[in-house]
Amino acid sequence: MRVALQVTCVNDAMFPDTGKAVVRLLRRLGVDVEFPAAQTCCAQPMVNTGYFDEAVPVVRNFVDAFAGYDAVVTPSGSCAGSVRHQHALVAERSGDAALKTAVAETAPKTYELTEFIVDVLGVTDVGAYFPHRVTYHPTCHSLRMLGVGDRPQRLLEAVRGIQLVDLPQAEECCGFGGTFALKNADTSVAMGADKARHVRDTGAEVLVAGDNSCLMHIGGMLSRQRAGVRVMHLAEILASTEGTEAEPGGPAVGERAESAKKGGRG
Amino acid sequence: MSARDDILGRVRAALADVSPAVSVPAAPRAPDRGDLVALFDERIADYRAVVTRCTRTGLEEAVAAALGGARAVVPPGLGLEVAGAVVDDGLSAAELDAIDAVITRAAVGIAETGTIVLDHQPDQGRRAISLVPDLHVCIVDASQVVADVPDAIALLDPARPLTWISGPSATSDIELDRVEGVHGPRTLHVLLVE
Amino acid sequence: MSGTFVGMPAFPTAARAALGDTQLRSNLAHATHTIRDKRAAVVAEVEEWEELRLAGAGVKEAALRDLATHLETLEASLTRAGATVHWARDAAEACAIVAQVAHSHGVDEVVKVKSMATGEIGLNEALEAEGIAAWETDLAELIVQLGEDLPSHILVPAIHRNRAEVREIFLRRMGDVGRPAPADLTDEPAVLAGAAREHLREKFLRAKVAVSGANFAVADTGTLVVVESEGNGRMCLTLPEVLVSVVGIEKVVATWGDLDPMLRLLPRSSTGERMNPYTSTWSGVTPGDGPQEVHVVLLDNGRTRALADDVGRQALRCIRCSACLNVCPVYERVGGHAYGSVYPGPIGAILNPLLNGVSDEQTASLPYASSLCGACFEVCPVRIDIPSVLVDQRAQVVDSHRGDRIPKAEAVAMKAAAWTFSDARRLGLAERASGLAGRVMGRFSRTTLPGGRTAAGRLPGPAAGWTGARDLPAPPKESFREWWARTDGGTHDDQDESGTTKGGGS
Repeated sequence: MRVALQVTCVNDAMFPDTGKAVVRLLRRLGVDVEFPAAQTCCAQPMVNTGYFDEAVPVVRNFVDAFAGYDAVVTPSGSCAGSVRHQHALVAERSGDAALKTAVAETAPKTYELTEFIVDVLGVTDVGAYFPHRVTYHPTCHSLRMLGVGDRPQRLLEAVRGIQLVDLPQAEECCGFGGTFALKNADTSVAMGADKARHVRDTGAEVLVAGDNSCLMHIGGMLSRQRAGVRVMHLAEILASTEGTEAEPGGPAVGERAESAKKGGRG
Repeated sequence: MSARDDILGRVRAALADVSPAVSVPAAPRAPDRGDLVALFDERIADYRAVVTRCTRTGLEEAVAAALGGARAVVPPGLGLEVAGAVVDDGLSAAELDAIDAVITRAAVGIAETGTIVLDHQPDQGRRAISLVPDLHVCIVDASQVVADVPDAIALLDPARPLTWISGPSATSDIELDRVEGVHGPRTLHVLLVE
Repeated sequence: MSGTFVGMPAFPTAARAALGDTQLRSNLAHATHTIRDKRAAVVAEVEEWEELRLAGAGVKEAALRDLATHLETLEASLTRAGATVHWARDAAEACAIVAQVAHSHGVDEVVKVKSMATGEIGLNEALEAEGIAAWETDLAELIVQLGEDLPSHILVPAIHRNRAEVREIFLRRMGDVGRPAPADLTDEPAVLAGAAREHLREKFLRAKVAVSGANFAVADTGTLVVVESEGNGRMCLTLPEVLVSVVGIEKVVATWGDLDPMLRLLPRSSTGERMNPYTSTWSGVTPGDGPQEVHVVLLDNGRTRALADDVGRQALRCIRCSACLNVCPVYERVGGHAYGSVYPGPIGAILNPLLNGVSDEQTASLPYASSLCGACFEVCPVRIDIPSVLVDQRAQVVDSHRGDRIPKAEAVAMKAAAWTFSDARRLGLAERASGLAGRVMGRFSRTTLPGGRTAAGRLPGPAAGWTGARDLPAPPKESFREWWARTDGGTHDDQDESGTTKGGGS
């Protein structure tokens, strides 16, 4: 099975560690994942803001980049949702029959990470180790657009050492919403503030979710509030193993570089 | 062009490329609930209505007890002697407003939702008489109780005016806090006859 | 007499004002969570709920797809049952018909059943201009009318008011228009409801003409249906001599049997009850019982515009239950007034543009008043895919500006993004630039995110919309793409150029 990683534009540019975690995790599970270098973005920012014409060349690039793979795996419920539910609309708008055909091929084989691990690989215990207090936020598109159900929780529950605590009103939107966060910034922040409050109330060290864009929003608020809660993508926790686990309260990047030089591999 | 023809023309233009054929899935039925009369009783009580079970022979007594001396109006075809009751012969709204209670029968009872439906036959009377007085005593025979809404819809005649009643009048308009008793009867007393 | 939505600012501006009102925020949070929980409990009771939703959506969709036929059938059935049928292209025509009926009976007042359609057409204001007082008799509508306020919710128009505010409005205003509130009025909801009962009873008893809407209009039997709780609807539909019902053309269902899924779906979705206290159905005139003169006004007012929209047409399935408002995280925080219409919340954000077009700035802002979280679609009893319609309406807003001489900054940015995202080499260059910016930020920023990443604090320009309240991680020095290329997918030399080590990778 040829498996491609769709790292997503946000992770590529802003959260490369998530992409690296997915690679480590899938290799550990025996999947020789490839990264098609021609990939860019799923076009969701254009589609959700109403720029369908602008989305056409981006979707075309997507289907070209991922042609020929058996499965496309992405660490984002939102991007997987866009591919599966919106690419057909964009192709329809383009009037391009070849694009419609290509989209119909790519969309159904695109999986959000937890869907791929649980449904395609048939695994719920990925052999991870993460001895921290963690709360999980189900992002709206993974929950309601894709319907990933309890797959993320099942994967998290199997992580050794983890202390998983329930997030109050977990299913309520965090207020990110793509360009909504900018076009209706006040409302977005009001929603995010409530989400951040619920996260703090759990006493968790780490807030985990399957979408870094939502985490960037919630984490940005938690950071501004000096809440001391770290946000992490689900893939990074699932990729952690004994001795290599990501540290939720770890030192700053610069300091870590210093200690790495002194102490070598930790 | 008349407004009628204009609107119908716009509707047709809007749907010019739309196929009218749609397969409508049949509305599902609820699973069997067992004892319907018991469910009906329980569900009415949930609305904070009063339910009294009685026998056919004990009905007159049960009516008198439910009224507790209140002055009542009855429909012309109630088929029951109620001491001191006024038989409706086209009373005005103001006259009805001076009467404390009304006694009616019903057309159907719906167990699942605790609903009574009046179709305003002579044993139930005009719509106004079961609306203006503050206490509604409604006699429902156990044999009139059906399982759910679709059973009631199938039995009822849409040509008649229908009033579906589920508990006393209520409102949640202030802070979504449910309060029983606004404009309709503030007390609903169901006599369930077996 | 009452407020008006005319001249409301665009959604983000109106929302900002609403968000600053702490009393409003607290009233809304309390009310929406209460009704949300009630709905969830009674829906959970119904094992066949998802099939019921499919049936309900099917009934409405079938009626809409053959609407002309059903409207003609409805007209014939109503006429046969003794009703007079009128047709109104728009609000002005509908209001004129109602006023004419009232004038023909020489009345200077009418009593009203709560009705979205009459709110939409501004009937009360139109009647007032004709010298006719329209008394709202639903408790929440009465609160709004007495408070010279605007409705903010479909089911509970005064949801933004708490009990203390209602008490104050009743004490101050009831005496001006009829029986005053008792001087010892408390803020107990039961006491307040009692005051409304006393105040309105004299109006019910003397009214000659009533105005209603309808929840459903059954084509084959000519039956109208009103679903309510308080009994004010029954009063209006029963006691007056004349009844005028203003009914949107989308309220039609084909057959009497079609009411089955609808009457099971609506109460649980709306008030969170197994059944609402009162549902009245009537077919024209019943001799000796109720109004002996019955009029039905079939209203277009933009509905045929919505019907022509292939994606948006489904919004006409709406049965005005307001479940989408109650679960909407945006509505919960800003309330209904910010939507500038009697139709607020997610359904309003699609219905208003569909009925009116997106040529004015306020309406054009509505499709963006959503984070697209999808909670609305999940609860909709007739399965209106509101997020998809929102996105389609956004596209219509964007398309309506494609001819602009000076494109909006957003359009320029989207075109630039599309150009960058159409080719991975362009994206790689952009990421290298952002990596450089990240290094600069890393040097000067004093903010560190938990976990150690450098963050950007408050930034100027368009980024201020983000960083006003949220930190933003500084871009990493190396993108994923660069890492993959440098390490051949992490298969060799997994030490990144900053010196941080990462485990695994082989």
